[in-house]
Amino acid sequence: MARKILTEHINVPGIETFEVYRKQGGYVAVEKAIKTMTPDEVVEEAKKSGVRGRGGAGFPMGMKWGFLAKPEGVPRYLVCNADESEPGTFKDHHLMKCIPHLLIEGMIVSSYALGANKSFIYVRGELMYVIRILEKAIEEAKAQGFLGKNILGSGYDLELVVQPGGGAYICGEETALLESLEGKRGNPRNKPPFPAVKGLYQSPTVVNNVESISNMPWIINNGGDAYAAIGVGRSTGTKLISASGHIQKPGVYEIELGVSVDEFLNSDEYCGGIRKGHHLKALVAGGSSVPILPAHLITKTANGEDRLMSYESLSDGGFATGTMLGSGGFIVFDETACIVRNTWNFSRFYHHESCGQCSPCREGTGWMEKVLHRIEHGHGSMHDIDLLVDISKKIEGNTICPLGDAAAWPVASAIRHFRDEFVWHITHPQEASQPGAVYMGEMTLV
Amino acid sequence: MTETSNPVAFTPERLAKVKEIIDRYPAGRQKSALLPVLHVAQEQWGWVSSEVMDYVAGLLDILPVEVYEVATFYTMYHLDAVGKHVIEYCRTGPCCLMGGEEIYGYLQEKLGIKAGETTPDGLFTLKEVECLAACGWGPVFQIREKFYMNLTREKVDEIIDELSK
Repeated sequence: MARKILTEHINVPGIETFEVYRKQGGYVAVEKAIKTMTPDEVVEEAKKSGVRGRGGAGFPMGMKWGFLAKPEGVPRYLVCNADESEPGTFKDHHLMKCIPHLLIEGMIVSSYALGANKSFIYVRGELMYVIRILEKAIEEAKAQGFLGKNILGSGYDLELVVQPGGGAYICGEETALLESLEGKRGNPRNKPPFPAVKGLYQSPTVVNNVESISNMPWIINNGGDAYAAIGVGRSTGTKLISASGHIQKPGVYEIELGVSVDEFLNSDEYCGGIRKGHHLKALVAGGSSVPILPAHLITKTANGEDRLMSYESLSDGGFATGTMLGSGGFIVFDETACIVRNTWNFSRFYHHESCGQCSPCREGTGWMEKVLHRIEHGHGSMHDIDLLVDISKKIEGNTICPLGDAAAWPVASAIRHFRDEFVWHITHPQEASQPGAVYMGEMTLV
Repeated sequence: MTETSNPVAFTPERLAKVKEIIDRYPAGRQKSALLPVLHVAQEQWGWVSSEVMDYVAGLLDILPVEVYEVATFYTMYHLDAVGKHVIEYCRTGPCCLMGGEEIYGYLQEKLGIKAGETTPDGLFTLKEVECLAACGWGPVFQIREKFYMNLTREKVDEIIDELSK
């Protein structure tokens, strides 16, 4: 069995309660950090761990903490991004629901490190039942002296607030999240200034993902070096992977970074292989926005090396033959899946979720959705394929926030690797527009 | 569910809750309470009318337009009256891979309405939503705070029959 950092105790009965969580060694990291370490020493351990942002961007968390401005007399804020909305991703939902105190403990340690006295957990509004679980956990921690005024007699005060969103994918983008937390529409801000200088209420702010923060108790207890010893290269530690689609055992799995894609996909410890009687056709490895890979580039890179579940190996070959680890939303497609239909579906998502601020994204996502809709429904023309590539290129890199890129990549990559399937939809409009119709021409299945 | 009160006002319990929410933020930052307070409003009235938005604006000491622009941006706030049970089904990729389109088609057939509509008896409203972060347990829909997962025709029958009682 692989090492577990986040999910070791997740199946212990009653782990959602303070009492059971504490018995399993919970809140020891708070005691250690607050009683024996300075805030800077905690930041140092985060840096040493090499833990990277688990929301999708993969930016080193300790380095992000290091950027936080500390002007005298100005409050600083820590905001946890629990707006998990990237299609294919449901790990934070699972973690918060099952073991809420892990995030609370991580928030206390991290807030202490950053000198924040009021911190927020911004949870997507659809997860109101999870918000209630977190609020209960906060009450329990407060009653035991781990939150509130003068924590453990140290003189350090911290208040935790759980904030519900209102249903908007864009609020997973950190500056949109801050706007939303201020009670506004979720329109991303121009950067600079970065949140580390001017964030929530124009004060220095750090925004971190649920999973990133939840690693902190282990890092404090065992040391950043011990964390960095797990994983491979610059992909240190473990990662939660949300596995969905045509596999035997969908669910949330904690892997040591560096396990092979083949093992993750096919071993009984994880996905258990493709569902019986079917074959692997394609994979979206890191949430709907990352490039889709065809079967022959999934377990091996273009150079024939084993593909690993790590930031570097998944992106090996760039976008030509690689993809990204992203949020760890691992969506598996067998031969019954229609790539055109799925691409249209994802495009509809991004069109729906575009905040509308930047013209390339607002207009481009709608345009791509329309073109894909007509190809899927038997009204496409050959020109449409190049048109889609053209639109995607004009969105990419031309918007305030990465939603534009996220909308462009799935379309560009689907055409890159499955062009024949698009062509077939256009040359066989009647066949292709039947419900459940799938291109069965030449392609590699594994 | 659709308690009506005229003039528009929160119940005493909800008003206390709203005050507690406003107190969570630093002084002068009460606008931060807007999203949570709109959720409380929707809990009381089932949807958010312009009268309710004006009322919320007054409570938070902000302009009505600041409430309108937020309520119309976020998809969870219903801007029209809805049925007793709002079924919000996930139409995004992973749920569709698991047979979502067929299940939602069956759901529409069973209720005799399409997405965005309410049954004539006012019992059910159907709403299409994007990814609910439950992709490994799809197809999925949500009714209020509850998630219904790994949906099949049989499960849909059970759920609808139970809620129709």
